[in-house]
Amino acid sequence: MIRFESVTVRYHGAASPAVDGASFAAADGGITALVGPNGSGKSTIVRALLGREPLESGRILLDGSDRGALKQRELARRVAVVPQREETVFPLEVREYVALGRYPYSRGLTSSPDDARAIQRAVERAEIAGLLQRRTDELSGGEWQRVRVARALAQETGMLVLDEPTTFLDIAHEMSLLELVHSLAAGGMAVLMVSHQLNLVARFASRMVLLSRGRVVADGAPVEVMDAATLEAVYDWPIVISRDAASGAPVLLPLRKR
Amino acid sequence: MIAPRAWHWPAAVALLLFVALAGLVFGVSTIPLSEIFAAITGGGDETTTTIVRTLRAPRVALAAMVGAALAMSGAALQGALRNSLAEPYLLGVSGGAAVGAVLAFGLGLQHTGSLAIPAFVGAIVAVGAALLVARAAGRAARGDPRTLLMAGVIIGAFANAVIMVALANSTSDTLRGSLWWMMGSVADASWAGALWLGLYLGVAGLALLRLAPEIDVLALGEEAAAALGSDVERATRTVFLVSALLAAATVAAAGLIGFVGLIVPHIVRAFGVRRHRRLIAGSAIVGGILVILADVVARTALPPAELPLGAVTALIGVPFFLVRLGRMR
Repeated sequence: MIRFESVTVRYHGAASPAVDGASFAAADGGITALVGPNGSGKSTIVRALLGREPLESGRILLDGSDRGALKQRELARRVAVVPQREETVFPLEVREYVALGRYPYSRGLTSSPDDARAIQRAVERAEIAGLLQRRTDELSGGEWQRVRVARALAQETGMLVLDEPTTFLDIAHEMSLLELVHSLAAGGMAVLMVSHQLNLVARFASRMVLLSRGRVVADGAPVEVMDAATLEAVYDWPIVISRDAASGAPVLLPLRKR
Repeated sequence: MIAPRAWHWPAAVALLLFVALAGLVFGVSTIPLSEIFAAITGGGDETTTTIVRTLRAPRVALAAMVGAALAMSGAALQGALRNSLAEPYLLGVSGGAAVGAVLAFGLGLQHTGSLAIPAFVGAIVAVGAALLVARAAGRAARGDPRTLLMAGVIIGAFANAVIMVALANSTSDTLRGSLWWMMGSVADASWAGALWLGLYLGVAGLALLRLAPEIDVLALGEEAAAALGSDVERATRTVFLVSALLAAATVAAAGLIGFVGLIVPHIVRAFGVRRHRRLIAGSAIVGGILVILADVVARTALPPAELPLGAVTALIGVPFFLVRLGRMR
């Protein structure tokens, strides 16, 4: 479980905090979707988890351990993070790229049989065996995201954090990726997923956390958080909420302004 | 891109040995292979033996190590900075090292081994200054590889100005020595100088090979590196320090030689080498080949004059740089 307790993060020199006393948790065995408008602090929370931004106050607990007390490698052995941005100035072969997921375990110059087993398992779970010989700069957006998830799975952690994993993906690729993430959560992982796509995550997430100006304004099941009045206030836009006839999941429809 | 093959490695080593042999054969006068072997095995005439053993062999050894050190430094800097145009010369690291070396030379320090220390200090100051200048460019520009490059060029120009000021009142000996640094040369090579560079190359080169998995991870970007367990700031700092030490040691031994660190890693990548341990090791071999060849050209292109080695590498490197820059658009 990933638990954020009264987490406050303030960028250097900023008058107001980017994340302001946020408390929520991503439980094992489900997807917790972290949603909110641009600048609401979603990615800042991921950066704080990674140690890229210091906490002004509060703490982050990983299965009960204070993240602040963990060394960076220990963090990477507990939680796998697929950040929003990744640079591919020097492309790798997919098999080389997935193998980087074993970096938190590397010692000395050689790799262990455990590494080979973990990589094989990650490749199977992410269903990317057919891509192993390809170069990372030759992949489609959907393939690239699956490969990134495979690298995270090679870390063999019980917790997974994904920051905007479906950006720029078409319908088939975003659905396929979320089915994969859902199956990982069903296998027992605690998944925290930052997303802009409320309708999409509402169908897969067991819990949604809505951020606005760094604060948690709603936290609960998708049907509870996808409330028209709350979302209208947060996004400052007229919204109606209906139900998906097939799945029963709440569906958000932003209205045209008259 | 060429698919990587197991035979590429022995072929590269064989090519290095072949080019080294060419470095012994060609010069102001061409020495036949049979006489080279006789000189090496102790059976040649005295003059040829002296030329081969005390002039050409240390020169070839120094050129190989200068090339290896600059190429390893370039490969590591490109990966850690995620910048395909990074190299010690263009980042101003070599310029800073030259300032350190020239100032120390002016104060009477002349030994290659000890000159490397002030050169290293100069290199560190330069890399720190280049990073600060790039940081001042703001968040948006910081992500553009050309920003750091421009900062490096500015620091390099500043280093040149410092050297000019330092030379304004210098003696003719200091002036000659300093010009030698600014143009780059292995003409004055000695076994002692080569051994000193070998020592720095051995220690810093092994350190870079050890750091190679860190560089693999840093090359993915700061957030991805942190997600994989890298202490990003510490790892980046260590790669900078070791790369700067390698560049500084080459400046102390052979002056400013640009573009080797830029070109060589790209040649090695063209053979399908991507992970940094192999890339750095491959760059060491190919860097050696390139600088020995450049030195043979410097010795033989316009006889009896000898071209500055740094000019030859720049003549190859500038068109290469422009092509790479064009591809970044």
